[in-house]
Amino acid sequence: MASGVKPRVKVPKSASAGEVITIKTLISHPMESGQRKDSDGNVIPRSIINRFTCEFNGESVVDVTLEPSISTNPYLEFDATVPEAGEFKFTWYDDDGSVYEEAKEIAIA
Amino acid sequence: MKINKMLSTAAALASTVTVFASVFALPAFADEDAELVINGEIEIVTKTAAPAHLDGHLSEIMSGWRFRSDDTQAMEMDDFDNPGMLGAEAGFDQFETVMGSEGKSCMDCHDGVESLANVRPTYPKWNDDKEQVYTIQMQINDCLTEQMGADAQKYDSGMMLNFEAALASVSRGMPMNVAIDGPAQSTWEQGKEMYYTRYGQLDLSCANCHEQNYGNMIRADHLSQGQTNGFPTYRLKNAKLNGAHSRFKGCIRDTRAETFNAGSPEFVALELYVASRGNGLSVEGPSVRN
Repeated sequence: MASGVKPRVKVPKSASAGEVITIKTLISHPMESGQRKDSDGNVIPRSIINRFTCEFNGESVVDVTLEPSISTNPYLEFDATVPEAGEFKFTWYDDDGSVYEEAKEIAIA
Repeated sequence: MKINKMLSTAAALASTVTVFASVFALPAFADEDAELVINGEIEIVTKTAAPAHLDGHLSEIMSGWRFRSDDTQAMEMDDFDNPGMLGAEAGFDQFETVMGSEGKSCMDCHDGVESLANVRPTYPKWNDDKEQVYTIQMQINDCLTEQMGADAQKYDSGMMLNFEAALASVSRGMPMNVAIDGPAQSTWEQGKEMYYTRYGQLDLSCANCHEQNYGNMIRADHLSQGQTNGFPTYRLKNAKLNGAHSRFKGCIRDTRAETFNAGSPEFVALELYVASRGNGLSVEGPSVRN
């Protein structure tokens, strides 16, 4: 069970129609690989974010599978074309079944 | 050794940094002429004239930021990209959290972290009541145990570094200005003595690397001047905030010596002396280093 998980997203407040914008996302998460052992020699169970998705007005922008050995606090940056005003929806899926969500509105200027 | 690379300083103001990559596969050296502006608004002094007490030793002091590669430098230019800010955010939360038997949080005495902006640039500092030089973490522990009835925290523990990161983040851009005269002077002298003392089987003093050889490579790493203005530091190699004393410990260990412990009187003296070598550089913490 990961504690202190907090998603953050940076999306411009507005863009012109058809503009390509850069989206930055970060989620604080330990990303325990499942390969390490504690001081008693027991394996520390794997606990990672295994999937990240971004949708814009219901349409998939990016769908990422994350694997162990990705560092703590995974940071993902990608570009997206904005055809119209709407909402970006971001979802992170944790190994423990938790789902973290964040949404950002974008206007057409 | 300089590689054929241009880093647009104007672009530092925008969120992106344009880099015309070198055609040669050389190690990624920092552009030592780049300027650090955080979030496009906080101007950071990363290179300035050395304080008077360094006469004959150094003429110019430089933040460790100048010695890092372009990618690492860029991470510190935006709070969103700076993983150290996660620690600072946690520090802000801790500041408002009630701890200990007195039912108090830091907010009961202090008017927010922002009101303590003069702390990071002036510590380590002489404490009149305790009659010794105090680091930020010693002061926090006093608050925890004497005011709040909470348990003392271990030196350079996660919680301490989060507090330090929050305090540093509100002081960014302010010049380091630790006092080295008055009652703190003897501690400062002790720190200076340590700085020039050779330790370990490798027989190295701090000055051998950080005064005489900064800018050169030590194996695969680029030696900086060993300034403390960027602490606490988020290191990419261990993906967490690191305190100055832990760094000192690492350095002395690397000389193959038996080290002092984080929080020991020796390291408090050394921290004061090293901080005074950076008087004039802006507070930068939480910084990003490799």
